[in-house]
This record gives sequence, structure tokens and C-alpha cells, in this order.
Amino acid sequence: MELTRREFLKMAGFASAGVVVAASAGSLLAGCSPVAKSADGSLKGKQLAMLIVPSRCEEGCDECIRACHLNHNVPNLANKKHEIKWIWQTEFQHAFPEYMENELLKERMEGVPFLVLCNHCANPPCVRACPTKATFKREDGAVMMDYHRCIGCRFCVAACPYGARSFNFEDPRNGLDKSKINPNFPTRTKGVVEKCNFCTELNLYGGDLPYCVQACIKKKGSQEASALVFGDLADEHSVIHTALEHLQKEEKLIPLRRKEIAGTQPKVYYLV
Amino acid sequence: MYDKGKIVIGVILFLALFTIPFWYSQATGEADRKLDLKPPPNGATQCVESAGYMRAKHMDLLNDWRNQVVRGEDRTYVSKLTGETFDKSLTDTCLEQCHTNKSQFCDECHSYLGVKPSCWDCHNIVEEE
Repeated sequence: MELTRREFLKMAGFASAGVVVAASAGSLLAGCSPVAKSADGSLKGKQLAMLIVPSRCEEGCDECIRACHLNHNVPNLANKKHEIKWIWQTEFQHAFPEYMENELLKERMEGVPFLVLCNHCANPPCVRACPTKATFKREDGAVMMDYHRCIGCRFCVAACPYGARSFNFEDPRNGLDKSKINPNFPTRTKGVVEKCNFCTELNLYGGDLPYCVQACIKKKGSQEASALVFGDLADEHSVIHTALEHLQKEEKLIPLRRKEIAGTQPKVYYLV
Repeated sequence: MYDKGKIVIGVILFLALFTIPFWYSQATGEADRKLDLKPPPNGATQCVESAGYMRAKHMDLLNDWRNQVVRGEDRTYVSKLTGETFDKSLTDTCLEQCHTNKSQFCDECHSYLGVKPSCWDCHNIVEEE
């Protein structure tokens, strides 16, 4: 069959239209979950991330911290030097010490409470420091701990510029209320390092959100009002991507990341 | 032989001390202990693989599950024996679905053989009734 130039262009047009429709239908269907999963079930997320809007935090509220620590069996130890933290509150000057040089910011922000947690860096120094690969970065960007493999050398604790890692100097079960232990999540043991895991034990690709985000949404009533937003930053249709755009353009907030100069590419954004 | 008496006494003392573990277990009745494994209370008769394989290799299987779940996000196990699928979870699958009598099954055999697996240092066990 001879194709005229006109027929060929028509066919090419229809074919490319078909590809576009199929691709957008796919991403629309996948849009139901904060992070989309690929058809073969592998981790499709490219970069899990979190947004924190400190101005939305209510004074004295620690729902997110309690939800996380309760579900992950994070102990409450009497000895302050043995403290274990996954997500906690600090003040602006401790989270962003480099901005304290800026007198205007210092005046405005000093003493403002900020939530801090593991930044799940895209270029994580803890992973490079770990001699046993007990800490590693997943395909979807979550920085994970394999407690089975941790030898307790604490190189990662020294390598992390955010102090996001805690070492178990004693058996964490000493600091847990036996009746409140979550049986579905292991406690840790003496001699291993632990930190936030972005709730990867949950079905993040099936619509679950991390416990801290769930707690905040429950408290504030909706995702739009929540101080915490979670999702895949690499996916343009994700909740986190839309929220980041909205907060920057509509609410005129500036995204800050902790110690950017360290080159770790942290993936927890603070909109201030 | 010089110092015959001393040597004989020494040898006897040595043998007595050396064989203490045997005497001790005889005396305490530990030597006659029979392994008494209780089957799962829910009446299940088939584990994820054959009993022989599980007896010899359950630690390897659990180690593989551990690595695949923690490092590979691979949570589904397909039995080579029956083709059934299971969630790779010590707590949820092994202990909660079948071996709810951990003390009469896992602990019984582990203590009989004198092995102390460190699994339970972290993985929580629901208290048995």
C-alpha cells in the first residue's frame, strides 16, 4: 500500500494522541494514593519527601510525636543521655543555626518551635559512613535501617548533620510500657542505632500515610490544613508536589531545608 | 611407675571433673528429657514447606525472609510445596496464625538443643494465654 504524505501525517497524529491519552489515564488512576505504585508492584516512587508548615502547628500539640513513638515502640527512658528520638520538637535556632547570622531572621524566628526528624537525604552521609550497609537508601528514596545488620559502631550518628539518629545504650524495652507495645512492630535491642523510617512498614503505595501525618490530619481535620504533607516529590501529580506549589505561590511561603550547605540534599522541606 | 598412687588419684579426679556434665544431667533428670513438641493449637498440619525442610532449614528460611523484606521490599512467599502464598512475617504468619504456643514449640526445642536465637530480643510476642 502506498501512503500519501497526508495519510502518514494523519496516522502519526492519531498514534501520538493515543500515547498521551494512555499515559495521562495511567497517572490519573495512580493519583488516588499519595505515592503511586507501578504495575509490576515494584516501588515506583522516586523520592519520598515531607513538607512541614510550622505555622500550622498548634502550641503544645505533640500528636504527631506521640503517634510515631507509640506505633514504633520508641522508648521513653529515664536517663536523658540515652534518649531515643524519631521525631521531636526543637527551636528554630537549633534546627537552622546557620540562619542565626541573619539578624532579621534571628529576631523573628528565634524560639519558634520546629518539628525535626530524619531528612531522608537524597545524598545520605549516614549511608556512606555505614561499614556494614545496615543503613541504606531504598529505590524510592527512603533511608532505611536494617537493625539485624547494625554493629553499633555509630559512624552514622557522627556522619548525620541533623542528629537524627539515636543509639540504644540500654535495652529499649526498659523504657516501654509492656501493655502498650505495638506487637506488629519490633522493638530494637541494645547496641543498635535507630531513626525515623518514613513508616515504610505501612502500605505507603496502597494509600497509607505515615503515622505523624495521619495524626496531624486527624487533629486539623483535613490534608489541606495539616502541618505535615507526605508524598513522592518526583511525581508531578502527587499531593506533596501540588501542596509545595500552592504554599509557595499562593501562601508566599519559602521552602527551607536544614543545613543545605552540607550537600546532603535533605528531603524534609520547611515552609516558612 | 613412680608415684603410682598420686597419678591414679589424679587421673580419677580428672575423669570425674571432665565428665561432670554427664553426671549432672543424669542427676537432675535432664538426660531423660524427651523433646515434647506441641502441634499448632489451630489444628494446622502443614507448614509453609515440608516438616523435614522446616526442621532443618527454618532458620535459613527466616533469614532469607528477613533480608528480602527489609532490604528488598519483597513480602510474599510462595510455598515450593503447595504453591500457596504467605506473608513473610515471623510474628504475623508463624506465631500468630499457627504457633501461638511458642513456649511449647519454639522454646521447647531451642532450650532442648541449647540454642538461644536473638529474634525475640526485638520481635514482639503476644503473651500466651
